[in-house]
Amino acid sequence: MLKVRVIPCLDVKDGRVVKGVNFVDLRDAGDPVEAATAYDAAGADELCFLDITASHENRDTIFDVVQQTAERCFMPLTVGGGVRSVDDVRKLLEAGADKVSINTAAVANRAFVAEASEKFGAQCIVVAIDAKKVSGDGEPVQWQIFTHGGREPTGIDAIDFARDVVALGAGEILLTSMDRDGTRAGFDIALTSAIADAVSVPVIASGGVGTLDHLVEGVRDGHASAVLAASIFHFGDYSIRQAKEHMAAAGLAMRLDR
Amino acid sequence: MSVAIIDYGSGNLHSAAKAFERASAELAKPLSIELTRDPDAVRGADRIVLPGVGAFADCRAGLMAIDGMLEALEETVRAAQRPFLGICVGMQLMAERGLEHGLTPGFGWIGGEVQPIAPGDPDLKIPHMGWNTIQMVNQHPLLAGIPTGDDGLHAYFVHSYHLLPSDERDLVATTDYGGPVTAMVARDTFAGTQFHPEKSQKLGLKLISNFLQWAP
Repeated sequence: MLKVRVIPCLDVKDGRVVKGVNFVDLRDAGDPVEAATAYDAAGADELCFLDITASHENRDTIFDVVQQTAERCFMPLTVGGGVRSVDDVRKLLEAGADKVSINTAAVANRAFVAEASEKFGAQCIVVAIDAKKVSGDGEPVQWQIFTHGGREPTGIDAIDFARDVVALGAGEILLTSMDRDGTRAGFDIALTSAIADAVSVPVIASGGVGTLDHLVEGVRDGHASAVLAASIFHFGDYSIRQAKEHMAAAGLAMRLDR
Repeated sequence: MSVAIIDYGSGNLHSAAKAFERASAELAKPLSIELTRDPDAVRGADRIVLPGVGAFADCRAGLMAIDGMLEALEETVRAAQRPFLGICVGMQLMAERGLEHGLTPGFGWIGGEVQPIAPGDPDLKIPHMGWNTIQMVNQHPLLAGIPTGDDGLHAYFVHSYHLLPSDERDLVATTDYGGPVTAMVARDTFAGTQFHPEKSQKLGLKLISNFLQWAP
């Protein structure tokens, strides 16, 4: 039986982990390769790097990070952030990423999703959707796509967009609720289930995890195939193992290999 | 021992090469691993690995674009009977034909074709993506020492198609995704996994280690 995936996400800027990872004694808490290796050993099902490097000169630092991680970790790795061209996708895959996530560029140019998917296969093209609720109380619920880290509204309906990018060849959706991101109040379950039920590909729920029950809800109620979290793992609130055991106890199929 | 990993423009060879290096280090077996697109390097290798991600037709086209590679594979694997491991689409290419993006011929080493997976449960997502256990159908040395079955180790899958062998004896293992899905096939000196051993942590490294010691 296919297992639910638990995916820690590391924000990487200029080749360094933002905020650091404190769940084990690392020689260098800011070294993404060390953090990745620790998560590999801890039983994470996949790993996600989000490159938030702003300056153009340092854009290439992520390739080194990916390459060194792929040399040490025999687990699937998704890399996103600033992916704008087929050449960006190729370079990340060649460095050792298994999947590449496309965000703003998919909104600006949907043909890019089709082009990347045809070139490299749907299995490695993830479209990252940042969605925010725009409907008021009493109105029919609606979520729209926001870009640039949730700052720029696009007016595009999130469910329509998800269907569109899947039809164009996205193999997976990484769905982040911008209303919940950073709040630790739990996933936006209505949003997650609306998207997961609308598309045929797996959906990764993201944004808002504060407790282990939130992870369970994302899958059981949100119908996500995988859950992504950052701070609850990085700061050592919970281990990957604790999360997976908790989810298994709630009746979800989890990989608990030793 | 020398291992040739065929580089035909199909994605992530780096991690495959690193996984082979790790497995050989654990065996304390000196190994030279070459990523190559040279048919003569394939002829000179003791073991051959064909990775592959993407679509069947694209992978086939990429391989055929290398002059003499298919012939080199036929000579070393079929005629000289050297051990061969196909991974993901590299495994699917061993079939007679694939149905992804139109009908495309494969190598024809394993009878049968590569068809879309069709889970019995319509709610199951395609691609089949993530960690799943494998069920052994026929014993094979590459699975020696690997716990299989529902309580066994997990392998990492990412695919929408699978190879359905026409001869049941070629099927080594399946995985359950709304019904049986082919996880591994083998015959003579060639074997293939639908899952990615280079991404499958413990199970993957053990399988690679078994491949390096395989004496068919």
